[in-house]
Amino acid sequence: MLRRLRGMLVKEFIQVFRDTRTRTLLFAPPIIQMLIFGYAATLEVRHIPVAALDYDNSQVSRELLSRFTASPYFDVRAYLNDRREIGDLIDRGEVTVALQINGGFAQDLRKGQPARLQVIVDSSNSNTALVAVGYINQIAARYAQEFQRTQLLRTSLFASSQIPSIVLERRPLFNINFDSQWFFVPGVIGNLILVMVVSLTAFAIVREREIGTLEQIMVTPIGRLEFILGKTLPFFLIGLFDTALVSLVGTFWFGVPFRGSIGVLAIGSILFILCMLGIGLFISTISRTQQQAMVSGFFFNMPAITFSGFGTPISSMPEWLQTLTYLNPLRYFLEILRGVYLKGVGLDVLWPQMVGMGLLGSIMLAISVARFQKSLD
Amino acid sequence: MPPSVATSDLTKRFPGITAVNRLTFEVHAGEIFGLVGPDGAGKTTTLRMLAGVLSPDGGSATVAGADIAREPEAAKARLSYMPQRFGLYEDLTVAENIRFYADVFGVSREEREARARQLLDAAGMSPFTTRSAGKLSGGMKQKLGLVCALIHRPLVILLDEPTNGVDPVSRRDFWRILYSLLNEGIAILMSTSYLDEAERCHRVALLHQGRMLYCETPVELKRRLHGAVVSIVGHEARRIRAALGGAAGVLNALLVGDGVHLVVDDAGRRIPELQAALQTAGLVFDRLEEIEPTIEDLFVAATSKERKP
Repeated sequence: MLRRLRGMLVKEFIQVFRDTRTRTLLFAPPIIQMLIFGYAATLEVRHIPVAALDYDNSQVSRELLSRFTASPYFDVRAYLNDRREIGDLIDRGEVTVALQINGGFAQDLRKGQPARLQVIVDSSNSNTALVAVGYINQIAARYAQEFQRTQLLRTSLFASSQIPSIVLERRPLFNINFDSQWFFVPGVIGNLILVMVVSLTAFAIVREREIGTLEQIMVTPIGRLEFILGKTLPFFLIGLFDTALVSLVGTFWFGVPFRGSIGVLAIGSILFILCMLGIGLFISTISRTQQQAMVSGFFFNMPAITFSGFGTPISSMPEWLQTLTYLNPLRYFLEILRGVYLKGVGLDVLWPQMVGMGLLGSIMLAISVARFQKSLD
Repeated sequence: MPPSVATSDLTKRFPGITAVNRLTFEVHAGEIFGLVGPDGAGKTTTLRMLAGVLSPDGGSATVAGADIAREPEAAKARLSYMPQRFGLYEDLTVAENIRFYADVFGVSREEREARARQLLDAAGMSPFTTRSAGKLSGGMKQKLGLVCALIHRPLVILLDEPTNGVDPVSRRDFWRILYSLLNEGIAILMSTSYLDEAERCHRVALLHQGRMLYCETPVELKRRLHGAVVSIVGHEARRIRAALGGAAGVLNALLVGDGVHLVVDDAGRRIPELQAALQTAGLVFDRLEEIEPTIEDLFVAATSKERKP
């Protein structure tokens, strides 16, 4: 029994580590992807390109526009003279937003009548458009408030202290600077491990089917469990090693704080990798070729990432979808990663997630092992 | 001594087809038994059932004393199965492949080393133990497969068209190893679609659509072909067959890859007649000659009585 398992493991490790290219493939892409995703995966909207069209050409209108030039969220790229230019700029994607101030803007404001600022926005990316409109709203509202305040003070009807206002007092916990990288980097760790472990496992077994060694192994007295253990144990270890590797990049390169315990992260990672081994094994039982395995892997990976809370918050999903996310191991693992990294919480808080992954992992492994038959029927 | 392989009404059905239909035969220790027949006759399916990777739908079989349906794992430990291409790990070396299969069969290190040395010598492969399997020639790969398949001293060897596409030198080594095993009391069951290979067997079973037509010695099998085979190589095979199928002295006409095979009662007398007939019909051909009968010819001769009532 042990001799057979050892035989499998020796063979697997030789195969994985013999080829320089395979060896590099196991460790370089996770790091590179971590670096790329760490920088690119963000919901922040900055440097929105803007065109300004000022028909009023007053001191007031120029002051309002200068608020946009000064903002880190907007880049005023063009000052236009004719509204017909707007359509073309937006069509070609040179600007996302066009601000149009009509004649009489300053006058209306002084008379206390509603002054209109027209905002034309390319909403093909609805998220960016919404965020941009929100920022414009803030800038305009603040400008209006200040304008009102100066007017009121000038007329001396009120002392400055009598003008009512609400002041926001923000107390952000865990991520004081609202740094979106802090939110995304732990998520990227989860995604990378998911893709790596699922595809490595599925491909390794399907490849044996393709080259005919699986049929050969079926006619040996090796047990199902011995074969599966021999096949998955190396990827379990590689998965664990990769988790450590990309976590180090997250901490030391991106400076995401690691506030919790390594032990809790290790337990979470082990349970998560077991789930992914189960999925990879399952895919290998339904695929005859590596191509089929690739497509099946894709059908698992995409929804798993989309419905994990990696980008879209789970709370914004329809209720029935929210329920379904409880079947997604990545959901639990992301909660654990973010909990351990940012909040520094331990097992007392994260145990339900651990139990969730443990259950899912056991079920998936059991199904896959049962489906994996030593026969060609 | 009980037979090494015994099947009784062994049956396997796939959707729409009965691949193996009530097959009954025995193979004894020290015997080479051939399953002979064209593609689709059920040879591979039979071997796979005996190897324990396909479960029979009917009948029963024992391999080295173990019932393949009830105790497949016990059977697997005592048999060796070589599919048309043995499953080698091409990125592992010759020695590593041998070690893997030895480990999987639970062979100890000492046993493995002694056995591997003996088999590699016989295969003429001793100098290549550190070469990766992917860099071996086709014949060498097949011999390495045989070494791996024999490392655990099986009692029964199942070979599926083992020397298909193997060079003549490797083929000779291959057969030498197989014959040397017979002295160890091993039983060999092999499938083939080559007549020269079938002739090396002690007994052959001729399969057709999953059923066994005959089970006899190769000499007896060959005797079933009365007359000689004339091969006509040419592009217009269908028209040639149509023109000559009913000619005098032609017992059978069979379309083959590059032309037509005719079974005739007397080659010396009929060849000039056939040539003349083709010329009259205005049909061109590249070559017309008497050849050694192939399995297909034998097969057609053996089944023609059934098909032509």
